[in-house]
Order: sequence, then C-alpha cells, then structure tokens
Amino acid sequence: MKFAFFPGCVSKGGCPELYQSVMEVYPRLGLELEEMTTASCTGAGVLQEKDRKLGDVLNARTFALAEQSGLPIMTICSTCQGVMSQANHRLTTDPPYLAAVNEILGEEGLTYRGTTQIRHFVWILLEELGEQGIRQRVRRPLTELRAAPFYGCYLQRPSEALGFQDQPERAKSLELIMSWLGLEVVDFPGKTRCCGFPLLTINEKNSLRMVASHTLDAKRHGADILVTPCPLCHLNLDGMQSSAARQEQADIDLPIWHLPQLLGLAMGMEPKQLGLTRHLVSTQRVLDKLGSAVA
Amino acid sequence: MITTFRIRRFNPETSPSMPYFQEYKLDTDRADTVLDALIHIRETLDESLTLRCSCRGAICGSCAMRINGHAALACKTKVQAMASERGIVQVEPMNNMPVIKDLVTDMAGFWEKVRQVQPWLQPAGQEPEAEYLASAESMNHLTGVMGCIMCGACVSDCAALEVDERFVGPAALAKAYRFVADPRDGAGRSRLLALNEPGGMWDCTRCMECIEVCPKGVGAMDRIMSLRGQGIQAEVPSTCGARHAEVFADLIYRKGRLDEPMLAVRTFGLRNLSRLLSLLPMVLRAFVRGKVPKTGPFHRAIPGLEKFRRLFQRMEERP
Ligand code: SF4
Ligand code: SF4
Ligand code: FES
Repeated sequence: MKFAFFPGCVSKGGCPELYQSVMEVYPRLGLELEEMTTASCTGAGVLQEKDRKLGDVLNARTFALAEQSGLPIMTICSTCQGVMSQANHRLTTDPPYLAAVNEILGEEGLTYRGTTQIRHFVWILLEELGEQGIRQRVRRPLTELRAAPFYGCYLQRPSEALGFQDQPERAKSLELIMSWLGLEVVDFPGKTRCCGFPLLTINEKNSLRMVASHTLDAKRHGADILVTPCPLCHLNLDGMQSSAARQEQADIDLPIWHLPQLLGLAMGMEPKQLGLTRHLVSTQRVLDKLGSAVA
Repeated sequence: MITTFRIRRFNPETSPSMPYFQEYKLDTDRADTVLDALIHIRETLDESLTLRCSCRGAICGSCAMRINGHAALACKTKVQAMASERGIVQVEPMNNMPVIKDLVTDMAGFWEKVRQVQPWLQPAGQEPEAEYLASAESMNHLTGVMGCIMCGACVSDCAALEVDERFVGPAALAKAYRFVADPRDGAGRSRLLALNEPGGMWDCTRCMECIEVCPKGVGAMDRIMSLRGQGIQAEVPSTCGARHAEVFADLIYRKGRLDEPMLAVRTFGLRNLSRLLSLLPMVLRAFVRGKVPKTGPFHRAIPGLEKFRRLFQRMEERP
C-alpha cells in the first residue's frame, strides 16, 4: 500500500533516529512511501494558539497536495496526526468553512475536496498489516522485555476527530502491536497523560514534574522501557529525563523507545541501524538484557 | 447482566482512614446508568456508600466522578458502555480535589478559582438608556461556553493541575473566556492581564483532557487557546508562551517548517540568557550522541517557499 509520507519537522530535526528507524522498517513491511517534501509544518498546536484558521489553511494545503497525488497521508508523529486530524475534522464537517479556506488556497492554485485520509504509522500497522501481518515478520520475539506504552495526548484526544467511533481499536493500538512483538505489555495509568512537552518553554518546572511522574510510575509498574509513537513525547521523556530526575531528586534511568525501533528489533535488525544508540537515556542496559536475542 | 462495581471508598472517621477498593455485584439492565447502579447499591447493599447527585438528568453537575479512570457524570454514563469484558466498572471520586467521603469531593477550591476570574459582567463607559445590546451572532458564539454546568469533570482530569495546584484550571478559564468574549463586557484587557500571570492561561499544557471529558461540549482548552490569541493581540506583556507562539509562526513563515534551535534561541533570547545556557549541557550531549539530522542543526526551508508564503501573507497581511 502506498502513502504520501509526512515525516513532520521533529523526526527530521531533534529526533532523527525516528526517521532513520522508519526508513529501515517500512520496505520490510510492504509499504511504499512518497515523501511530501513541499508540505509545511502542521503548526503543532502552537501556531494555533495564535491563529487557528491560519493553521487550518496550512494543513488544508497539505491535504490538497496529497489529494492531488491520490494518496492517503502517513504520519509518524502523534502531534502531527492530532493537529491534522482536528483540522481535517473541522474542514470536512463545515462546508462553508472549507469553502472559505479553499478561497485562500486558490492563491497557490490548490483546492481541497475533503477526501484525504490521514493515518498514523501505528494505525497503519494495526489496520493494514494486522496481527498476522506483524507476527509473521517477527524474527526475534522480545519475550524478555517488559515495555509500557506511552501515547501522550494527540493520539488519544479528542477521540471524535481521531475516528475512534469507527475504529475503536485505535485507542489500544500500541498495546496490541507491542503484544504482537512478543513482549510483556506493562499497563500504567500515565500512558495517556501529557508528557509535559508543551509546557517546557512556559513552565519548565511543571513540565519536568510530568516527565518524572510518568517515568517513575512506569518503572514502579515494572517497565524496562517506555514506547512512544510521538517524537515530541520522546524529546521530553528522553531528552529532559536527567533534568527531571535532578529536579525531583529521583533515580529514573528509563529508556524511551520509538515504536518503529521496537518493531525493527523484533524484525531482526541491529540496534545501531535503528538509531538506538542516539538516545540521551542509554538503551544499552535493555539491549544487554535482551542479550543473545539481539546480538 | 451481572456487573461488578469496584468502588473506591474513603471514610475519614474510621481509622486508619486510608482509601480502599470495595466490590459490589449487581444485576444491571441495558438502560441503567452508573448513578442508577450506585443508588441501588446504597439502597440495597450498603447504606454507608456516600455519593452526591441531584437532577439525575445531566444538568446539575453534582454527580461527577471518575468512571474507569476518567471523569464523567454518573447519571449520563451507561453501565454497559463502561463494563469491561469481565463485566467490571471502576468508580472513584474526582481527582485534583480533596475527598470528603467515598465519592464526594470538596469543591471549595474549584469555586474559589471560578471567583478568581471575576465571573460577572463589568461594562465600561456610560450606561445605556435601555438595555446593553449584543449581536445575536456574538451571543450564539457564547452559548457553547455558557452551557458549562460547573461539574468539575475537566478540573478532575486536568494534567496541569495534577502537577501544580496553583493553576486556575479549565473551568475557571472557560468562564473567563465567557466574559472576555462578551461584547458587553468592558474589562477585557484587565482580565487578560490577570490571566497572563503565572498560574493563568499559559500554564495549560494543551492535553485536551478537559475537552474529552466535558459532558457539555464546552471545549475549555479551545477557549484557553482563544484567550491566549486575544492576549497576544491585545499585546499584554509578552510571556515566554506568547513569544514561543509568535516565533513559531514566524519560523514557519520563513522556512515552511520548524527550526528547533532557532525557536529556542529566539524564544528565550537575551531576555533569558540563563535559561538558554541551561539547555547547553543537553544540547551538547545530543551532539555527542549523534542526535543531529543529516541536514545539520538548522533546518532548510521547504521547496516552493515563495508560493507558500503568499498564503501566510494573505492570512496575516504580512509585508
Ligand atoms: S488542556 Fe489544559 S486546561 Fe485542559 S485539561 Fe489539559 S492542561 Fe488542563
Ligand atoms: S467545562 Fe465541562 S467539564 Fe468543566 S465544569 Fe464545565 S461542564 Fe463540567
Ligand atoms: S445528577 Fe445532576 S448532573 Fe448527574
């Protein structure tokens, strides 16, 4: 199946290992990707604080570009997915609004008819490959690993824009995929809470408290790693974890993995190939635990 | 259907007064709400179970509690929609506020914060001879937020309040929006100035919990974002949050995409050099780890930027 690939700014910026791991795994999953190089940032919810309609126009432009190529969009960032889903929901449920946005898009000779599907990589794994498609690709079941899912906000809320009514399994997508990789899924209450990233510039103290609270909670529940479908969650939970530990005077040291890295490892790829050496919280202890399984 | 209700109990008068879970089994009907079941438990199984309710029709807001981990009105939630595969429904009191007994919480702090935003009209200028006039359009816009029943569900599940109880919270901020956006109110600027302070509109982490759990579709977070936008427009003293949004928009205009290092440099800038410097160790570690994209630390612009910019100019009337 072919997708218009929208990598998002962060997978090509502060989280290059996410882009790297997706590039490694997608051909082995039978997916075809055509990267959308001329698409803009979604606004990440920040631009929308200033001007929501401007954000919707930029996203409608991206949807129109995909519509022209006749391809559904694939995202690899929960924030991109959430912001785009919300924009698309507003545009497709309010025809006069869509017409007003199209008038502005006309500037670039574009129109959006409202037909583009936007799907996160996690949902594509769930809905296109499914249990059988994933299980048959697993070469090294990660049975020694106890992993906790961390969705963050944008892949969970608002559920209406994310299509949970029609696709209720999306609410559990991470757990399902992780269990198909053979590992033990650790459930913990923080899995759908905010990672704190949007507060980092505004109120660092509260942001770091969120990092410490979720990582410590996951550890208390017995997790060896946290797995996230969002590079922004990764930036905070991995990048700011040592600051959070210092602030809250706690010993955390919990590696945060991108889902495609976990998938790649289970499919038999090497840690370095998947960018697992590029994290700020070392993944080595976990890789050692997996021992011969990933040697 | 036999349903197990796993209810969090707490009685401060017993010792030791630690919360604990107690289970009750009940035969429930397709039409039963969680409130029906709780009342039934109180009437037939355990008269000590304490809860609060009044209208039973999703109007008074008094039966808000956490059902399977998220705040909801018990009278608006069907048992069978919540029962797990094993027929279990977990019921707890609201979060982010003290528990008085079992499912009843103390909402004094909630009301204190609502009072803090001065929830009354403060018209400016000469009093009109007849009534204050407002357009039907502006009032229609306000009906959504006026539908708030002050149940506290959004406050219960607010992620920012969980880490900092000083945050004024979604219900009070939605109420503040109701007055800032009312054309008859004349105190907009002073309201925005107050909301611009620490603990105000910039402390929301945009987690959307308040949107998801609100039984009335008030959309508190969207109102908070509108307040932020109005604050930026009204040029109330620039906070880190406001600069972040402004710089973010400008970077997208210049490059079509985000440039993270530039965003940090321009948001904190010389005004907060120490904050910028505090990020240095993390940045250096990221470099050592090879956490730098192939294109280098500063992002290139998207192809076709000129055409893209025209959209922006048209929206923002930029030069
Ligand atoms: S979006 Fe903001 S106000 Fe709403 S629950 Fe999250 S942090 Fe609280
Ligand atoms: S905004 Fe919604 S959830 Fe919050 S108090 Fe009002 S009605 Fe309840
Ligand atoms: S009892 Fe009034 S809202 Fe539920």
